[in-house]
Amino acid sequence: MASRYIANTPEEQKRMLDVIGAASLEDLLVRIPAKARLPRALGIPAAIAETDLIRHMKALAARNADADTHVCFMGAGSYDHYVPSPISHLISRGEFFTAYTPYQPEASQGTLRTIYEYQTMIAELTGMDVANASIYDGASSLAEAALMAHASTGRNEIAVSHAVNPLYKRVTATYCEGPRVRLRDAAAPEGVTDLAAAKKAVGPKTAALVIQTPNFYGCLEDVAAAAEVAHAAGALLVVVADPVNLGVLEGPGKLGADIVVGEGQGLGVPMSFGGPNLGVFAAKSELVRRMPGRLVGVTVDRDGERGFVLTLQTREQHIRRAKATSNICTNVALCALMATIYLATLGRRGLVRVGELSAAKAHYAAERLAKVPGVSLRFAAPFFKEFALKLPKPPERVAARLARQGFLAGVPLKSFDRSLGDCLLVAVTEKRAKAEIDAFAAALEKAVA
Amino acid sequence: MSAGAYDKLIFELSSPGREAFSLASADVPEADVRKILPEKHLRRDAPALPEVSEFDVVRHYSRLSRMNYGVDTHFYPLGSCTMKYNPKINEDMARLAGFARLHPLAAEAVAQGALQVMHELARDLSEIAGMDAVSLQPAAGAQGELAGVLMIRAYHESRGEKRTKVLVPDSAHGTNPASTAIAGYEVVEVKSLPNGEVDVDALGRVLGIDVAAFMITVPNTLGMFEPRIVEITELCHAKGVQVYMDGANLNAILGITRPGDLGFDVCHFNLHKTFTTPHGGGGPGAGPVGVKAHLEPFLPVPVVTKDGDEYALDWKRPKSIGKLQAFWGNFGMLVRAYTYIRTMGPDGLRSVSDNAILNANYIMKRLETDYDVAVPGPCMHECVLSARRQKKLGVTATDIAKRLLDLGFYAPSTYFPLIVEEALMIEPTETEAKETLDAFCDAMIQIARETETNAAVIHDAPVTTPVRRLDQTKAAREPNLRWTPRA
Repeated sequence: MASRYIANTPEEQKRMLDVIGAASLEDLLVRIPAKARLPRALGIPAAIAETDLIRHMKALAARNADADTHVCFMGAGSYDHYVPSPISHLISRGEFFTAYTPYQPEASQGTLRTIYEYQTMIAELTGMDVANASIYDGASSLAEAALMAHASTGRNEIAVSHAVNPLYKRVTATYCEGPRVRLRDAAAPEGVTDLAAAKKAVGPKTAALVIQTPNFYGCLEDVAAAAEVAHAAGALLVVVADPVNLGVLEGPGKLGADIVVGEGQGLGVPMSFGGPNLGVFAAKSELVRRMPGRLVGVTVDRDGERGFVLTLQTREQHIRRAKATSNICTNVALCALMATIYLATLGRRGLVRVGELSAAKAHYAAERLAKVPGVSLRFAAPFFKEFALKLPKPPERVAARLARQGFLAGVPLKSFDRSLGDCLLVAVTEKRAKAEIDAFAAALEKAVA
Repeated sequence: MSAGAYDKLIFELSSPGREAFSLASADVPEADVRKILPEKHLRRDAPALPEVSEFDVVRHYSRLSRMNYGVDTHFYPLGSCTMKYNPKINEDMARLAGFARLHPLAAEAVAQGALQVMHELARDLSEIAGMDAVSLQPAAGAQGELAGVLMIRAYHESRGEKRTKVLVPDSAHGTNPASTAIAGYEVVEVKSLPNGEVDVDALGRVLGIDVAAFMITVPNTLGMFEPRIVEITELCHAKGVQVYMDGANLNAILGITRPGDLGFDVCHFNLHKTFTTPHGGGGPGAGPVGVKAHLEPFLPVPVVTKDGDEYALDWKRPKSIGKLQAFWGNFGMLVRAYTYIRTMGPDGLRSVSDNAILNANYIMKRLETDYDVAVPGPCMHECVLSARRQKKLGVTATDIAKRLLDLGFYAPSTYFPLIVEEALMIEPTETEAKETLDAFCDAMIQIARETETNAAVIHDAPVTTPVRRLDQTKAAREPNLRWTPRA
């Protein structure tokens, strides 16, 4: 049977079999024991022609409330930021899109150069010395940071602020199961980490203190004070940060972080129902040989010309096997390329502008929404582009009602934290117009009345 | 124009004052961030990002792309990587706004289409692999391995068994021992027979009550089907050992045989290999993991469920190993793989493996006189050659790889598997036409001739690429991992 993705015709197959000296395709399968063979066709749906398939897929896509059909105020780790048009066009070039990991550097200079640019941009934004070529997503980046802190300090506990994204904690706990690294919770009762509680959670067994800023509730953390707490106990400070905010917010490295991780989806990567995302990972230079993932460095070729290669590979699984710093192999290089093109496009002034506009619109929205009768801001701490609203009616029901009116109202916090069951987490990016915010406030007012 | 003439980084194009972005001005009353936020959180200076125009960006990255070989432009016979054609319709479908612009925490009621894609894809992958359940969450093969080994660990612990070791053949992908070690196991390497097959007697001697799992690749990394595989999985089960299949080579067996039917308890899928999602220069991939029923309670949360016509995310799974990614998996890749499976159907998938096997055997046959074959055929979807004969004349597998770049081909995998001297691992995939295979074989034969008559041209290679051979030692000794302005 013919497939448009397979060139071999029956005549060509016959000629190839003749060269091989086999009578049929079946002759090539002699090593597979008869009892191991599948005696029937696979029980999956029959092939569909392209036009019918497109109709089917469009019908499925239409059953989802996306950020084109709805005004998006959802965040909690995935945001509706501006995506400049060149990104999709450039990453779609087959030379980028269909290349493998740059194991033959002479035929992969395009990918290697973009990764080197990416490393430079991320190091600059996070205020760190060195960034890797990417991890899967923000959560797995944090998990890798926890394992790296464990390996570099020889200590077995990680203190994690209660205000770190609960999904990230869940992933970190999964990765820490094997090496038996224990996670300890540092309370954040008023929307920010209680540093006195953090001090108690951090001790001689602590490999790292983890905070997130802005944290899961959108509030800004005192990174410098957290660094003092961690360092006083000989632990590392790991900061989870969203790089799209770092045009305005100080790079955590400048405030004392030893490792900065985060979700880079805001840098031009589609939300895509949560993946693929972009795990950002940056560290101080003294930790570079313990870093997970790929690194690209500069070198010269035989003629002395500048060239780029994967380097410090003795950290990696294909060389070091069971003793590697991580098992990561395939990463999210193409998402890192999206981020690189995004940061090149936004540039020095654009990223600052994105941060300023997001903060300004979020603060306008917070003020406007808190004026809705019965609605208030849950936390008093300074926030950036996201905030928790306390509602007089169950947030799940309010959000469902607003979805029917064209708003993705925010993320109900009940499933993340039972004590915040009456709260809705609302995110506002630079894309939201004042008119959209005003309409949202009006719809909310009716929904909670 | 030679792509090699270009030697710029984006930072080196920067000209103060240029802009490439378009953002509306603030339409809210207070837009001064210094009045809104406390000073201590704010950056003092704008970040040192480039200042370029939009056209600067477009031309720069277009030119960089031309310094790459990709599957769209070059034959890419990289063994174990399944560099097949990535269908364009997959891209159009993944970019539909209903998928690409869907927030991961959108309520289930307004994400039914996305959940349906996931549910049906998991069902299809279960059928393809003969497994009872599939989690789509792992982001790549290595994460699928970690999930699989953690499930095995949770399973043994749930039965009150403390097993401490995982057996991995010496021919395994590096991720196998690395993932196993992260899951908290001692990795015990099992020597393979010279032909790459499992030494069943040696395996029998190390299988014991302290062994949690045996992890193998089928077909193995020499491109051969393991003829005693059913016996091996039975032997393992008799000792309470779980058997894990690395699914990197699944492209060889679609509709021919199924890991579940061979006795495997767990296997992962590389959607970026077998199911045509693009490699993107190193990712993203997707590494779903399939399990038999006894491991199902341990699957990562949440699991996509279907009740009547409604799809949901099930979080109430107390025995779950937890989460691997913040959200549900690399959904964009799942849409592509789903599109591909629907395009191909059962007969199409079967013809994938038939033609992948045919193409590999054709290459092996055409090259068997000029190169040493690691194991005599027939092979499955890839073949492993050894350049040991060429090495005696001073030409290594690396040299051959570099010469191939000059002749217009990406290189095979080299020096893998580790058990073959000067290994050249060639995987043509089913999507390459006979004339491409012939051109590649002609080039390989030409290199074998040059080894004897004109080795200098091989040692000089590559000369047609943007750069020539690169000094790896210098890069590692003097790490320069970020750009700084030239003084």
